[in-house]
Amino acid sequence: MTRDEVRQAVVSILADIAPDEDVSSIKDDVTLREQMDLDSMDFLDIVMELRKRFNVEVPESDYQQLVSMASCVQYLQPLLKDRQLAS
Amino acid sequence: MERNWLKGAKSAYDVVVIGSGLAGMTAANLLAKLGHSVLLAEHHYNMGGLATWFKRKGGHILDISLHGFPSGMVKTFRKYWTQDISDSVVRLKGVRFDNPQFQFTTTFDKTDFTNILLERFGIVKEVIDEFFDFARNMNFYDELKMTTGELFEKFFPGRKDVWRFLMEPITYANGSTLDDPALSYGIVFSNFMDKGVFTYRGGTDQLIKKMKKELLKNGVDIRTHCLVEKIHVEGNNVKGVKINGQDIACRSVLSNSNILSTIHKLVGDEKFSPAFIKEVKKVRLNNSSCQVYIGVKKGEKIDNVGDLLFTSVADEYNTEKILAKQVTSRTFSFYYPEIRPGLDRYSIVSSTNARYEDWANLSDEQYEIEKENLIQTTLDALEKYVPDIREKADYFEAATPKTFKRYTLAPEGTSFGTKFEGLKISRDLPKQIGGLFHTGSVGIIMSGWLGAANYGVIVANEVDKFIGSMKDKPEQMVTASV
Repeated sequence: MTRDEVRQAVVSILADIAPDEDVSSIKDDVTLREQMDLDSMDFLDIVMELRKRFNVEVPESDYQQLVSMASCVQYLQPLLKDRQLAS
Repeated sequence: MERNWLKGAKSAYDVVVIGSGLAGMTAANLLAKLGHSVLLAEHHYNMGGLATWFKRKGGHILDISLHGFPSGMVKTFRKYWTQDISDSVVRLKGVRFDNPQFQFTTTFDKTDFTNILLERFGIVKEVIDEFFDFARNMNFYDELKMTTGELFEKFFPGRKDVWRFLMEPITYANGSTLDDPALSYGIVFSNFMDKGVFTYRGGTDQLIKKMKKELLKNGVDIRTHCLVEKIHVEGNNVKGVKINGQDIACRSVLSNSNILSTIHKLVGDEKFSPAFIKEVKKVRLNNSSCQVYIGVKKGEKIDNVGDLLFTSVADEYNTEKILAKQVTSRTFSFYYPEIRPGLDRYSIVSSTNARYEDWANLSDEQYEIEKENLIQTTLDALEKYVPDIREKADYFEAATPKTFKRYTLAPEGTSFGTKFEGLKISRDLPKQIGGLFHTGSVGIIMSGWLGAANYGVIVANEVDKFIGSMKDKPEQMVTASV
């Protein structure tokens, strides 16, 4: 997966978790919590979805890497680089 | 011959969930959706744990714990259950206090609480705002030694009237008192203050029915009348369970049974490290409850006197008095026809916190006398708000800590799990025995509908991770031993 595809994958997960939010306008460098109504359970859902969709395990010590879109992509891209985005 | 409630069950599952409380059901549903084979074993004929109801002659339907939960439940229902279930959550706006110190009705949210603290209690705005911020910003990882009593003393020194206003509803919600950690208070209080108190339109029966349908749709093998007698452990790993005398293999066990029963009874102390058991022995159970169920006759109506009514005749809030058998404080939950549209029925449930030992050692005869006494004194107290309740109602029943124990199997009939220290034990279980997990009412913050359901999700995530790691190593798959 390219960086763009990783970003797209995260956006798709966020859209499922927070259906009332406009995920198309997420700013990459601002924390997700500042832009969306997300609580700690939502972040847990992101972790579960990453495992389910891509078999990627985010250990609890790395949860802070999911704070913004930019940090998500930065953290996940090396883990997902060999994966294909499901069509 | 007795019916075989396990007929057709498989010889092995990815996970066996013990108990169908809200935490167990939510975890089972999520794990099934994640593709695991799940057996959900419930000893009772009904599901829901304390999120339950019962029916009695005369068309009465009585709810045990329906009123009320925080708004977070809307999201929890939507994400881990269905949009349809989530859409039935409705707000309760009539939360009423009546005690020797104050009498008023509140919508039970931050705005209204701020106004009340400002106008009725004369607290300055800055202190109120600071208190809300302080409570809101406490989080699970804070190393806070402060008790709730100390928290109140810090912000509202000597103001026992304010303490009562802030504490009484939370005692009703999760059994916590002034002596419990401020952290547990802060999290639960803030959850309610966010948007108020909510309930489920349709009643507990309809909710659990919908949940059951969803569990079946997602492939959960639900087995009621199935008592898990033992969790089998070999080496340091879970191997299976014994249910109704029958062995079933599994990769993991998620116990929604009480944490202490799980360790002492289902697994056995000898399977854990002595240091761990030493910590387990320090865990205090939370208190139990008494409830009185009052069914109003078909065709009779009662005026709206509020949805939740916190009443007390005690001079001030006091932990000892809250638990004492000589009841001075009661919470009445009023169920109006809007709760079950179409039925046009009313019911009232009185809840009081209670201690198991006050009820456990009575003779059968004395127990019946005390239960009748509980009903009569409750009706006396209720007459202040519904004067003709004795004529309008035709069904009365009392539940005591013994009743709670019988239906939930929780030690000492605890209706709110354990005190705070139980949470760490629950979290540390898988470090002791591979594949052994616990969820459910524990540590105060994981209590109540929202706490329990969300804790089910938190632990289901760990079970999913664990099973995934085992499936990567198929040679470790347990073989059927039946």
